[in-house]
Amino acid sequence: MMLSEATLKKIDREVAKYPADQKQSAVMAALIFAQDEKGWLAHETIASVAQYLDMPEMAVFEVASFYNMYDLHPVGKYKLTVCTNLPCALSGGVHAADYLKKKLGIDFNETTPDGKFTLKEGECMGACGDAPVMLVNNKHMRCFMAPEEIDLLLEECK
Amino acid sequence: MALLQSINPLLSAGWQRDAHEWRLENDTGWHLKDYEARGGYQSLRKILAAKMSPDDVIAEVKKSVLRGRGGAGFPTGLKWSFMPKAAPEKYIVCNTDEGEPGTFKDRDIQRFDPHAVIEGMIIAAYAVGAGRGYNYIHGEIYELYQRFEQALDEARAAGLIGQNILGSGLNFELFAHQGWGAYICGEETGLLESIEGKKGQPRYKPPFPANVGLYGKPTTINNTETFASIPYILRDGGDAFLNLGKPNNGGTKLFSVSGHVNRPGNFEVPMGTPFPKLLEMAGGMRGGRKLKAVIPGGSSAPVLPADIIMDCTLDYDSIAKAGSMFGSGAVIVMDETVCMVQALERLSWFYYEESCGQCTPCREGTGWLYKVIHRIEHGLGRPEDLDLLSDVSTNIMGRTICALGDAAALPVLSFTKHFRSEFEYHIEHKKCLVPRDVQKAGSTFHTRLMAGTAC
Repeated sequence: MMLSEATLKKIDREVAKYPADQKQSAVMAALIFAQDEKGWLAHETIASVAQYLDMPEMAVFEVASFYNMYDLHPVGKYKLTVCTNLPCALSGGVHAADYLKKKLGIDFNETTPDGKFTLKEGECMGACGDAPVMLVNNKHMRCFMAPEEIDLLLEECK
Repeated sequence: MALLQSINPLLSAGWQRDAHEWRLENDTGWHLKDYEARGGYQSLRKILAAKMSPDDVIAEVKKSVLRGRGGAGFPTGLKWSFMPKAAPEKYIVCNTDEGEPGTFKDRDIQRFDPHAVIEGMIIAAYAVGAGRGYNYIHGEIYELYQRFEQALDEARAAGLIGQNILGSGLNFELFAHQGWGAYICGEETGLLESIEGKKGQPRYKPPFPANVGLYGKPTTINNTETFASIPYILRDGGDAFLNLGKPNNGGTKLFSVSGHVNRPGNFEVPMGTPFPKLLEMAGGMRGGRKLKAVIPGGSSAPVLPADIIMDCTLDYDSIAKAGSMFGSGAVIVMDETVCMVQALERLSWFYYEESCGQCTPCREGTGWLYKVIHRIEHGLGRPEDLDLLSDVSTNIMGRTICALGDAAALPVLSFTKHFRSEFEYHIEHKKCLVPRDVQKAGSTFHTRLMAGTAC
């Protein structure tokens, strides 16, 4: 399961940020791009990253399993991560998650039967003043997620 | 979240004020030309043109009494002076891994003023003789990582970073490194491990990063807000910055106010401002309800009951005297609808999730704390549980490599100290002292649902 040329090019750009003998510093970014391409990080994908960066597979797996925005299992087309930490909870974070669970008919760490949505419980996203806050596919943050905003978001996710 | 009060012309003057405008594509004012119009990069130009010596730059920062804005409050100038002069390879690292619950100031700095961070880092590089730098950005704000890379491109194109900066002979390369969801990487040595492409597990200290840092080389690592405070200090002078605050607590500070207030957001206020004044700026208590408690410095800081916090001023000394920590300036406000057992349960779950697993007292202890608080919250508490919590907490504290262990224990000790009767009531009556419908009234989400806006 090799990575595409486009992904490798992005990884090369990251490698160039670090001293010549510190290629493995690009591993976090490489895994992000690999996850973008493949949807999640299968063992073979992790092995491809390891090979490309001249790292032991285990060292790459350690990184992939340590940081919690990497997906080591398949996820739905849209992964929604809701912050339920205390500051968010005071402004409805937990209730926003409950609302989503009810609407999607799934619990945290579950995917809808049509493979469209996965729901995750997130930890502090550093946006407590904008609660309720959620991430769409790791990279896009949505703020002030009142019920009608959540409805709108779900409609946008085609 | 936008800034709702601004003082420092080089840090926050260009920030938008619409508290509910969160869409980044509508932002203006963060580009190089805007920052320069506000006086940006004048400090760097002044230092280079006047050939100000690195020691003089450090002396100016020392004079300002700027203290680390990430939470520890260590004097920045002193930290810079620890860097060995002779080392051939040195690094500057910015810690934008802002994940301390309640803290959201660095996100706004990255959003509205990325060039203030860049200028601060270049000045720091000049002062300590570093040739390369990295800004480690919190995984959850990928869109702002992209913005920072754009800002770097602008600075590079203008000759502000790279080789022979502004014709001065100074060389400094600066890059962004994206995090990907690990609270522990906010700990400086965990962050360095992470840049090295490893698990972000903190290192033993000593040696400190100034001697053995990134790739084993001398490294100065500061918080985003710390770097962003530097341009003002070098332009207007250390004394001017110090005088904005109070002795031993220089300057202004961004406070992130979250929770049960009418206008949550970031507020730049002088150090030493009375807490009630900040609460008033944040629009007062939501729904006019009564203040119950405040966590004054991010979730790791001990909670303070209303009567104590209302007498505090916002500076390191006053908050420490009251028995808590100034921390990152994250003020989490809780009103009378909050069940303190449930609030602590949420925090303890966080520390249990985010313990990196390296030290046994923290890895096992945070699990114990969460499980015991969880059972109290769910009506299964035992009379001996409060002693158990205190025992586990004190056995974690001081026995771990980094401060996460203490950060997990301090909320437990302070919640059970100041609100002991609520925990006792929970254990005895198997339910909360604050009725469920009262708790729900505190959540804006819930009240909107009940108002029939959806569902």
